[in-house]
Amino acid sequence: MTDDSAPAPARPTLVSLRGVAKTFSTGTTALSGVDLDIGEGEFVSLLGPSGCGKSTVLRMLAGLAAPSAGTIDWKRARIDGAGRPEVDMSFVFQEATLMPWATVEKNVWLPLRLKGVSLKAARPRIDEALERVGLSGFAGAYPRELSGGMKMRVSIARALVTRPKVMLMDEPFAALDEITRQKLNDDLLDLWRTFGWTVVFVTHSVFESVYLSERVVVMAARPGRVVDDLAVDRDDLSSADYRNSPRYHAMCARASASLLSAIGGAAA
Amino acid sequence: MTGEAIPAKAGAAAPGEASGRRLPERLARVLIPVVMLAALIGIWQAYVTAWAVPHYILPSPVRVAEALVGDWPILSGALLVTLKITFTALFLALVGGLALAILLVQSRWIELALGPYLVILQVTPIVAIAPLILIYAPTTQTALLICAFIVAFFPVLSNSVQGLKSTDHNLLDLYALYGASRLQTLWLLRLPAALPYFLAGLKIAGGLSLIAAVVAEFAAGSAGAGSGLAFRILESQFRLNIPRLFAALILLSAAGVAIYAVTSFVSWLLLHRWHESAIRRES
Repeated sequence: MTDDSAPAPARPTLVSLRGVAKTFSTGTTALSGVDLDIGEGEFVSLLGPSGCGKSTVLRMLAGLAAPSAGTIDWKRARIDGAGRPEVDMSFVFQEATLMPWATVEKNVWLPLRLKGVSLKAARPRIDEALERVGLSGFAGAYPRELSGGMKMRVSIARALVTRPKVMLMDEPFAALDEITRQKLNDDLLDLWRTFGWTVVFVTHSVFESVYLSERVVVMAARPGRVVDDLAVDRDDLSSADYRNSPRYHAMCARASASLLSAIGGAAA
Repeated sequence: MTGEAIPAKAGAAAPGEASGRRLPERLARVLIPVVMLAALIGIWQAYVTAWAVPHYILPSPVRVAEALVGDWPILSGALLVTLKITFTALFLALVGGLALAILLVQSRWIELALGPYLVILQVTPIVAIAPLILIYAPTTQTALLICAFIVAFFPVLSNSVQGLKSTDHNLLDLYALYGASRLQTLWLLRLPAALPYFLAGLKIAGGLSLIAAVVAEFAAGSAGAGSGLAFRILESQFRLNIPRLFAALILLSAAGVAIYAVTSFVSWLLLHRWHESAIRRES
């Protein structure tokens, strides 16, 4: 149902969802019949109103929730002993989700620490990750000493310290002010270009989704489903130029219309 | 790509303001309690002297001080016994409470099986169970220890359970995502997250174990060389040695205050870098 408007992905498919549904123990149907292909290296946004199941899709991709029906097929991943696909992925939550009792450095160390890497061995990579997000001088700070934007930067540093291939982001900048948010958007794009991640980015902001991604998947609620799949052609416009370009505004208008019809359709 | 404005470090005050306002405030913090204490003792002494109150009704502060010094060999021995029971009970309560809390949060079935009995143990007054414990325990000291343990144990347990259950769900997801083992999740996430709750339990348990050690001794009515402050208080009452009774009471209160101070300090030491409860707000 999505294939007509979606761009023919030149990239090999990384993961493909077929008929994925999720029903919670309360009886709520969070998702039904979701078909979605995500290509390697793609920046995909899942755009939709609250309750459309976009976070649930993300959690299922991360292996934190299992689909009630349908399949999630990681095309080239091996399956580990616990039955989970071995994909190098990181997850960034809406809140920074840092451990308040640990310094910035130790928070970033966590993913490596859990794999048995000592702090000493991990330090070069921690420093590199902190430098990437512009927090070089803050290794010894505690999360409560940082602003909201800086906490989110630590969270991103923690996500990239494992050098993941897939980055799953659940409305990571939703709680930040507009200026910080734009700055982090640009920084995220830089990181994406540098590392060649596959990014699945959940958001309820039309502007953010169009600005960031190559592809906007529009979802509707009750039950959560995919209603539209828009390719975004950014070409090589720089950030400021792109934000002011007619192409960007046209794309935003299209995504908004799609989102509105999705909400209207659900209410009717 | 530098970040947002650098926030000030916690607790750092403007230097000019500090020297202008802090010193008199600090002085007052020390002076007011001292003056208050001196005034209370003065009134007490004046009342006893003016109305010629007999010392077996209300001894003067001077007489109490004399008793404290003169009876020190007896009182200090008793204090030591009471403190030994208190701290042993507290230590066992901390270890046992935390261990059982970890066990309880592992599975709902264990909680379902043990929960009711833990509540029963808690809500039954210790004075009522004490006679039974005295019969079953090999020595009176052991009985007192068991009583103090039962009382101190519960706040540690319930606070720790609450703390272990209050772990941030996103952090639990994160640990799961990175393939953390159960032990890693417990050690690196659940226990640190539970620490503020556990320490609140420690503060309550510290005071309670002293109270329970005294109450249990009253119930036991133990006598002789190995007896604690509670027995000395009873004994002083029977002999109308009221100055010594007061002296024993002062020692008990002092011990209680000291335990509270130490547990508060330990709590501050462990939390002041990161937990909201231990951070002073600048208005």
